[in-house]
Parts: sequence; C-alpha cells; structure tokens
Amino acid sequence: MLCDVCKCNDATVFLTQILEGKMQKVNLCDACSKEKGVQDPTGFALADLLLGIGAAEEIEKGTPSQKCPMCGFTQADFKKTGRLGCSVCYLTFAEGLTSLLKAMHKGTEHVGKLPQRAHREVERDDRMRALNEDLQKAVAAENYESAAALRDQIKQLEHEKAV
Amino acid sequence: MKFANLMSTGGEWLRGEGPHHQIVISSRVRLARNLKQRAFPGWAKKAERSAILELIKPRVEELPEMQDSFSELLQDLSALEKQVLVERHLISREHAMKNVGSAVIMNRRQTLSIMINEEDHLRMQSIRSGLQLKSAFKLVDKVDSTLESKLDFAYDSRLGYLTACPTNVGTGMRASAMLHLPGLVLSDMINQVIQAVNKIGLAVRGLYGEGTEAMGNLFQISNQTTLGEKEDDIVVRLSKVIETIIEKEHDARQMLIQKKSNTLWDQIGRAYGVLTFAHAMTSKEALNLLSIMKLGIDLGAFPEDRRLPIDELFIDTQPAHLQKSSQQKLNAEERDHLRAQIIRERLRVFPKPDITKVAKESENGTAPEPPNQ
Repeated sequence: MLCDVCKCNDATVFLTQILEGKMQKVNLCDACSKEKGVQDPTGFALADLLLGIGAAEEIEKGTPSQKCPMCGFTQADFKKTGRLGCSVCYLTFAEGLTSLLKAMHKGTEHVGKLPQRAHREVERDDRMRALNEDLQKAVAAENYESAAALRDQIKQLEHEKAV
Repeated sequence: MKFANLMSTGGEWLRGEGPHHQIVISSRVRLARNLKQRAFPGWAKKAERSAILELIKPRVEELPEMQDSFSELLQDLSALEKQVLVERHLISREHAMKNVGSAVIMNRRQTLSIMINEEDHLRMQSIRSGLQLKSAFKLVDKVDSTLESKLDFAYDSRLGYLTACPTNVGTGMRASAMLHLPGLVLSDMINQVIQAVNKIGLAVRGLYGEGTEAMGNLFQISNQTTLGEKEDDIVVRLSKVIETIIEKEHDARQMLIQKKSNTLWDQIGRAYGVLTFAHAMTSKEALNLLSIMKLGIDLGAFPEDRRLPIDELFIDTQPAHLQKSSQQKLNAEERDHLRAQIIRERLRVFPKPDITKVAKESENGTAPEPPNQ
C-alpha cells in the first residue's frame, strides 16, 4: 500500500480515527509520518492533517505550480484564504479537494436540489447517449434509413445544446 | 423603503409568535449560490464584482417576494446602519465590512434578506420566529428556484452548488435556530448538551455566529455539513434535535424549581433589582440579566403581558440600536449609561417578581409551557 501523502513510498504507519461516526483512515510512509509529526503524540491531530493547514498542503502536493485557467487562482492563494477563486477551481484542484471534502462532509456526492437548468442538461445528455447507441446498432444492422433519422435527431439535440 | 422605516418596523421574527417561541427565538435558513465562470467575490477584482452586482441586483429586486423592499448598496450605508442590520441578523458580520460592489435587499417584513457579493455571489436568507425551519426553507427555496431560471448558477452534477468555501459546497445550505437556554445553563448541563450536539455533526455557536461568545444564554444550533445529505433531511434532522433540546430545557427548569428554587428566585430577584436600579450597564450584562427576566416570565413570576417589552430590550440595548435611536455616536461609557437609562424607563411600571405563582404551578406538576404546545 502506498503512502497517501507522497504516493511513492510504501506506507508503514496506519492511522484510524472515528469522527462523527465516520471512519477516517490515513496511511503514511515513514518519512511523511515524521514530517507530519505523527510520531509526536502531543503535536498531532488527524483532523488537522485532513482539514485546515494540512488540507492546503495536500492540495499543494498535486502539481505545485498549478493555476486555475479561469481565474488564475493558485494553491498558495487557497492556503492563505481558505477560499477558492471561482467555480472552475473545483475542477482545477479536484485531486486535492476530494480528500478535503471527504473529511469535511457527510458524503462525497451531492444528493440534494437539482437546478431545473442542470436537470434539463442531464436529461439531454441521457437522450443523446441513448440515440448514439441506437445509431451504432442501426449502422451495424445496415439499417441506413433509421440511422439517417437518428443522425438527424442527434444533430437537432446538438443544436439545442449549443443555443 | 428608507432605512428609518426599516428601523421603526420591528421585523416579524422579533415579535416572537412562532411555535415554541419561549425557547426558540428564531429559525433561519440560508442558501449560498454563485454565478458560473465568474470569480468568487473574495477573489474578483473590483470591476468584476461590480459587474456581477449589476447582473444580480435587478433580478433580486424584481422578485415577487421583494415588492416594497429595502435595497441598498453597502457603500451607501453608514457603519452604524450596517451594525444595526447585523444586530437584527439581516446581514452577516462579514457583509457589514463590505463596501463598493456589494448590496443587501430585504423585504419589509424582514423575513427574507439577500446579500449580494458576501463570501458568495448570493447569500439568501429566510428568518422566522420560533421553530419554523421548514417554512423558512420553503420560502428561500422558492426564491432560489425563481432566480435560477434567470441566472446561471455554478453547479456540478457530483458536487452540487459550488461555493467559495469548500465547507458550503453541495446544498449551500445552512439551517440554524437561536435557542434561549437559561435552564440548562443554570443547572450546569449546557456543556453536556453542546458536546452531544457536536457529536452528531451539528454546530453550536454564540449570538452572532462563528467565533462569537454565548451571551444572554442564547445559542445558535446549525448543520455543519452540506454535502451528501438532502436539504429536507438536514432540516428534519435539525428540527428533531432542537425539539429534544427544548424538552431538556423544560426538564432543567422543572428541576431548578423543585431542587434549586432558592438559587432560581435569587437570580430572578437580582436581575429585576439590577435592571430596575442600575445606572451603567454593558450590553453583555444587560443580555444576561434580560435572559433571566425572560425565564421569569416563562415560569410565571412576571405576568405574560410583560414579555414584549423584555423581548424588545434584547435588541434595543445592542450597541448600534442604542446609538441609532439616540441619533449620535456614543463612546462605551455613554452607551452603558444610556442603556441603563432606557432599561430603567421601560421597567418603571414592571411588577415585582411573584414567586408564589410559580410554586403553585410546580406543586400541580404542570409546566407553564408543555413541550408539545
């Protein structure tokens, strides 16, 4: 098993914490555990490692000089403010954010309200996928008449999406 | 609507008529939303912030819920006026520090308040008296649905609504209730309750939210997490926990009446004495003593019709309200004198505490306000 922090050495230190009924596991190699102060029982809290300063560090581990293409936000900015720059930052820093969100929240996926607009997009994507599959089948079966009809429908949908 | 009008109309939740209003002062639900592909307010340059404001403000003002609203740019409000809004929980402390590029819009009843360019582009809040989290959520949810048809919100199919701070991502919702818990404080059980509430993933905070001290035995309880749980489920879970705390508070009050009645009457008597005769009082002392008076009314030591003046003093003795009503900026010492003076005047015809009424009720074994009322 690889170390969760450096992701290159074998993990030798295994930590488990149960917080709010949720189990958190962190596996570290010898070097990283020393660096994080894990072996000093007084100066270590797993929550700190996952949240706050620890989290900012973790994001940094991703790709150090990464910059959000949308707003120019960097990991150093996150470390300073604890806030992100724009909605695209969630994609840019996705790697580091995933573990941070996991530690902070009840789940890792949104199960609540869906905006109507997004709802329509999801539905359209589903339909598009289904049409594409039908098209593949029609072509395979050399049923060119229905394939042409399907292709027209797909074009129509693509047009709607572009608007 | 002018600021003066806003000051004179007290705001619906301040009147305290909602369910469980003796213990639950108010219920609030806020939603955080952001526009797609725009820098969040804390990162956006001044020009972009202003452009975002121009985009959002007209959409908010044309909401049917915002007919006859109070809409103001933050730079047009004085520091004192901003502080008044903070004391009424209509804007956050963070928003009060904003200037150019931010705005606040609220309805006349002060049940709905929308901040533009706080930490997120939009912070929409509904506030109700008593325990009414569900109806507070319903109102703000409706407003969100209307706005969402006109504004393109940042939304990710996996992470939900995207917010400046990762702690709000998902539903972007924070539901909270302000509880008055003198019984649990006086019986030294409050820490146990706070710990239990923390353990189940809810947060307990002081009067003005994050990082503030608990004064006047007032505590805010809210959801901590926003990702992985439905809005309705969060509201139901929180409401259930609050109902349990209400029961515990009633139990604590009964225990005090039966086992520590001397301490209880001493506290109420002292609160009455100090409030009626003091000539200088800090807002913290005022809140703590008013809290005991409120408890006295709940227990029947003071007549029920004295509730409103006490509830009003909770807010009218806050620093900014005090200065706004006196039309001048006062230093701390002057404020303390004016505060004591206002309290003395309002309590001039206030009857002395009558503990015999309370004793009789407890002998019958009936609580003044049964938990299921």
